[in-house]
Amino acid sequence: MAKVVIEALVARFPGDVYDPYEGAGGDDCAFVQKSKIVEVCRFLKTDPAMAFNMAPYITAVDYLGAEPRFEVVYNLLSTAHNHRIRLRVKVPEADLELESVTTVWRGANWFERYCLDMYGISFRNHPDPRRLFMYDEFVGHPLRKDYPLRGRQPLVPEREVKDIFRGPGPVGRD
Amino acid sequence: MAIEEKGLGERDTGAAPRSAGERPFEGQHRPETYDGPLDAPLGGKQMVVNLGPSHPAMHGVTRAVVALEGETIKEMKLDIGFLHRGFEKSCENVTWGQCFPYTDRLNYVSSIMNNVGFALAVEKLCKLDVPLRSKYLRVATAELHRICDHLTLVAAMGLELGAMTVFLYGVEARDLIYDRLTEICGARLTSNYVRVGGVSRDAPDEWVEKTLQTLDRVTELRDTIDALLTRNRIFMDRTRGTGVMSREDALDFGFTGPCLRASGEPYDVRKSAPYLVYDRIDFDIPVGAHGDNFDRYLMRMEEMRQCDRIVRQCFQQMEPGPIVVEDLRYVLPPKPLVYGTIEGVMAHFKLVMEGIKVPAGEVYSYTEAANGELGFYLVSDGGGRPYKLGLRAPGWPMVAALPHMTKGALLADLVPTYDSINMIGGEVEQ
Repeated sequence: MAKVVIEALVARFPGDVYDPYEGAGGDDCAFVQKSKIVEVCRFLKTDPAMAFNMAPYITAVDYLGAEPRFEVVYNLLSTAHNHRIRLRVKVPEADLELESVTTVWRGANWFERYCLDMYGISFRNHPDPRRLFMYDEFVGHPLRKDYPLRGRQPLVPEREVKDIFRGPGPVGRD
Repeated sequence: MAIEEKGLGERDTGAAPRSAGERPFEGQHRPETYDGPLDAPLGGKQMVVNLGPSHPAMHGVTRAVVALEGETIKEMKLDIGFLHRGFEKSCENVTWGQCFPYTDRLNYVSSIMNNVGFALAVEKLCKLDVPLRSKYLRVATAELHRICDHLTLVAAMGLELGAMTVFLYGVEARDLIYDRLTEICGARLTSNYVRVGGVSRDAPDEWVEKTLQTLDRVTELRDTIDALLTRNRIFMDRTRGTGVMSREDALDFGFTGPCLRASGEPYDVRKSAPYLVYDRIDFDIPVGAHGDNFDRYLMRMEEMRQCDRIVRQCFQQMEPGPIVVEDLRYVLPPKPLVYGTIEGVMAHFKLVMEGIKVPAGEVYSYTEAANGELGFYLVSDGGGRPYKLGLRAPGWPMVAALPHMTKGALLADLVPTYDSINMIGGEVEQ
């Protein structure tokens, strides 16, 4: 099963893939160094013995109080071999930027936007680095553990909308 | 397929759903080269159109900003989040048991599947095995809800392509199933049926017989819909060859469920990593060939037949027995115990006030929901509340891939594409 994958990863990227363990329910997991995640993912996708052709879920966790504080979790799937592994990347609060894996799996796009929106973790070379659920003027990242549960954000003024009938024109044309 | 046997006389072989070779309506992409002067493209400037957020064809509230050149979509951007209600944040601040009503509201058409997915995730973390009868009840009710979900999709797809009749048949069939589900769990949509360690109620008397009768009627209605849509010229013209997703693209974009299988990848969590009692049940996985809207529609029609088989087999194999584990750490004690013994009161109090103590750790659990893989990434710190609850909504990658699927297509193709990926605002926007 997927234990072979983790062993191969540790052998190929010594030091960069570390602390492999078997999670609850027999999931195979490992930690990956932040700077190597794209390299590891590309190897997993292109190597025919691995063939991880899908990234079903990428998410982030805020371990407030721990150091490093954040973690990005990559759940990967190979439909050809029916393997699943989970890679965890520790992200310190001081350097909240990772390389985007959208170059490996295009489906990672919205998952990374979600991490940006909810945790403030940004991704280099992301094709569309916007917030996913919240509006642009929203202050803060709601799923961080120190985000207050109560309170309101002020209403924001309406955005300038281009004239959808006549296309973009000079400001104040109407 | 059953269509072949209906004796439709001389059929246009080019229009048969499974006909091989060239398809006459490969109409998604407009030809780039023009032959005659009459076909020369009219010079036009791009027009940016806002579709939604409350357009009737935009299920729920989604805003699509479409850059049009004539009728062709040059670019499209999606703006979601109008239905965002902080599902994950809410769940992180209530006990594990209180999360179930929140999961109902994810895919509100098939809520028991969400319940099952969440319960399995917690049980995976607790290493808890549930009684056999509750497994069968979970599978049977979840598959009934899968029929509801697919019926909704097919009905809405018909409605939005102009076939109101189909919608009425679909809703009639769906409400029959909802009636049966109301009898077992007390609500049509927000079922809240599954618990950590089992299910909340056993099937009432004669429920199985009534459900079998309902399934017979649903089969009739489904066949009516099949006869109305599957060989319908207008429906086929609008759906065949539109919203095409190749197998590689579908995998790359993270498609799961019927949309992935329509593209030709035979992957189903129920087969590749069987959970509950799916390994004891005989059912097939339909796989498509073209990955277009019509194939995605056919997937749903065939899966409904398979769901029917699964539910009937569940009823045959199901035997009387307990429906929850008898472990007071996870399940509320029966009321005589609560009112009669100090242990019962204590267990009840601790479960209600503090919640189930789930062992510290993290887990990713995945099930096959109606639209694809429903995943929960849970982190527990050993307390009564989830430290992190990550939802992998089945429809998420499909909606994310919509701009890719509709690029270069006609604006009218957006509607069937949007229908066939079955975007449910509740789960995608959390």
